[in-house]
Amino acid sequence: MAKKELSGAQILVKSLEAEGVDTIFGYPGGQALPIYDALYDADIRHILTRHEQGAAHAADGYARATGKPGVCLATSGPGATNLVTGIANAYMDSVPVVAVTGQVPRRLLGRDSFQEADIVGITMPITKHSYHVEDVSELAQVVKEAFHIATTGRPGPVLIDLPSDISLSKIEYREPEEICLPGYRPPADADPEQVIRAAGAIAGAERPVIYAGGGVVISGAHEELLRFAELLAAPVCTTLMGLGSFPGNHPLSLGMLGMHGTKYANYAVTECDLLIAVGARFDDRVTGKPETFAPEAKIIHIDIDPAEVGKNVRVDIPVVGDVKRVLNQLLAVLQPRLGEAWKKKIEHWKKEYPLTYCEKGELKPQEIIREIYNLTGGDARITTEVGQHQMWTAQYYTFTRPRSFISSGGLGAMGFGMPAAIGVQVGCPEEVVFDVAGDGSIQMNIQELCTAVNYELPINVAIIDNGYLGMVRQWQELFYNRRYSQSELRNPDFVKLAEAYGAEGIRVTKRAGVAPALEQAIRSSKPVMIDFIVDREENVLPMVPPGGSLSKMIG
Amino acid sequence: MTHTLSVLVHNTPGVLARIAGLFSRRGFNIDSLAVGRTHDPTVSRMTIVVEGDDQILEQVTKQLHKLIDVIKISDITKDVYVDRELVMIKVHAEAAARAEIMQLVDIFRARIVDVGRKSLTIEVTGNEGKINAFEDCLRPFGIKELVRTGKIAMLRGLRSSSVDKENSHKEEDVD
Repeated sequence: MAKKELSGAQILVKSLEAEGVDTIFGYPGGQALPIYDALYDADIRHILTRHEQGAAHAADGYARATGKPGVCLATSGPGATNLVTGIANAYMDSVPVVAVTGQVPRRLLGRDSFQEADIVGITMPITKHSYHVEDVSELAQVVKEAFHIATTGRPGPVLIDLPSDISLSKIEYREPEEICLPGYRPPADADPEQVIRAAGAIAGAERPVIYAGGGVVISGAHEELLRFAELLAAPVCTTLMGLGSFPGNHPLSLGMLGMHGTKYANYAVTECDLLIAVGARFDDRVTGKPETFAPEAKIIHIDIDPAEVGKNVRVDIPVVGDVKRVLNQLLAVLQPRLGEAWKKKIEHWKKEYPLTYCEKGELKPQEIIREIYNLTGGDARITTEVGQHQMWTAQYYTFTRPRSFISSGGLGAMGFGMPAAIGVQVGCPEEVVFDVAGDGSIQMNIQELCTAVNYELPINVAIIDNGYLGMVRQWQELFYNRRYSQSELRNPDFVKLAEAYGAEGIRVTKRAGVAPALEQAIRSSKPVMIDFIVDREENVLPMVPPGGSLSKMIG
Repeated sequence: MTHTLSVLVHNTPGVLARIAGLFSRRGFNIDSLAVGRTHDPTVSRMTIVVEGDDQILEQVTKQLHKLIDVIKISDITKDVYVDRELVMIKVHAEAAARAEIMQLVDIFRARIVDVGRKSLTIEVTGNEGKINAFEDCLRPFGIKELVRTGKIAMLRGLRSSSVDKENSHKEEDVD
């Protein structure tokens, strides 16, 4: 008896199931119809967003919260181009996302056909890899490879572009073969010689500082990092992406470093004699002026991506490997050390230069973040949009566990937070999820509130509403002589808008209203949007002016 | 300075665009590029000649390593290698000038591959120096057209920049 033939679309769905995919975020359209038809019979939950960008960000948020790859699906042309910001975002923050796009049938390729876009070409610089499927017989193998590439080594987005005639053509299904990619061998263990060199430098250091980035979260190395820091009695600062990789309430925690980092983190980095970078990439928002970054320090750089070594700053001892494995390699050879004088100096800085804001006058953004922290016991999953509210969240919500802070770091994409929160809530249905938003950012993907309502996802949105594109206004105040060009916003009534979508809307204008509104939101089984009217011209401080030295902060 | 990169890639559509993109994004102009299949039909060899800051080029090389379709990269600039380029030159050649041109062809061990009423087409292979010298010699006669393949290169002796089938992994020849 002949084996049953499957269509390309059915093979795609079967291959996704084989990869353990249980959720897809997507939006149908012409050339994706065969795929959607196959999904109709599948055991995969499909979340219909209201915009493809929302689908890409939701898949990204899902991946960051769960550690599993996120999958998004769109049609050809505009469906595919609407994914682009989401794919770029996942690329910059090394998030495993597999994006599947419908494509016009092969006979129409390259003819400017209706809804044709060269999405493989467009996304080439923002994907880890991409596939244009040219034969249905290779599809199962492509899907297997795509997930392997997206999730291993330094993770990243992989695109699969699938012409609709291939989705429709039938073939006898064959299991994919073992993956053989001679050009792709991500490193795992580090060169033992480099580990010994690093251990030697650590043993000889008097003022070490650990600088932890998103790689610690991705690698699942937070426990190793804690042991490493405690063994060395070395203070730990984290990047934005590294928040939660080290408990923010630990005595050795310095909080975030860089442009809006704590003064004590930036002073510690400036005066340390050994900087141990762990899964971080010396972004310009971290280093400020690279020439004056950690000027007295030897730098050890632990990272899985050899291309990061020496990219932005000089590195003395590169250790290329998976962060978790390298930390274990180091833990096996290191002796405990005590650095009383350095510890005292850090404690002095912490006491002298704490994060502060004025709690008088109008409602302050910082106190809202603190209240969210207090009411959730630091246990919520927090997403953000991009801007002032994002930095206040990074500064004032004390993140204590990995994958609890989910934010667009590298790309800085406004509109990320709400769809990401949807992805997070889908992946973590029992947990409290907050999107801390600005009144500008929230409007970039506000349509996704409808998605949250449709799927009964009880996300909470806290809008820090100052009637400005706040970060733009802050830079105009500081660097453009208060010329507020195009940064003031006239907004809709967010409460009515929330209600129109079928969510709950609350407006808070006074300090006393903050906690009750947040409590109501956490209790509610519906999505809730809270419009916090705050002090209009509050600034994010301290601040290292762009391109400046970390030791020279404003505020 | 000028670098010669020998790059082994999977012979797939798009691989050239991926590689070219990494250079153009950093403002590098590729001086010459020669691509062709190797003895393994699934693998192509690219010989890329590019000029640029050493440090930035090292970064580009690292980024090239990250491409899934790139199997191996060797910056052979500082190695001992043989390199060749094939050039075809169509030169203006009235009857009176032909003898002199043919003499030059002999000296440079070039070959005449086509004869027109007022022109000769000459093929010459060699390294950059030889080809430049030949071009200079022909210039006074009037060069009507010049086509060059771009440089191809191979390490001298037993060393190779091919993939070792037993132990195929990305490596950069630095020694």
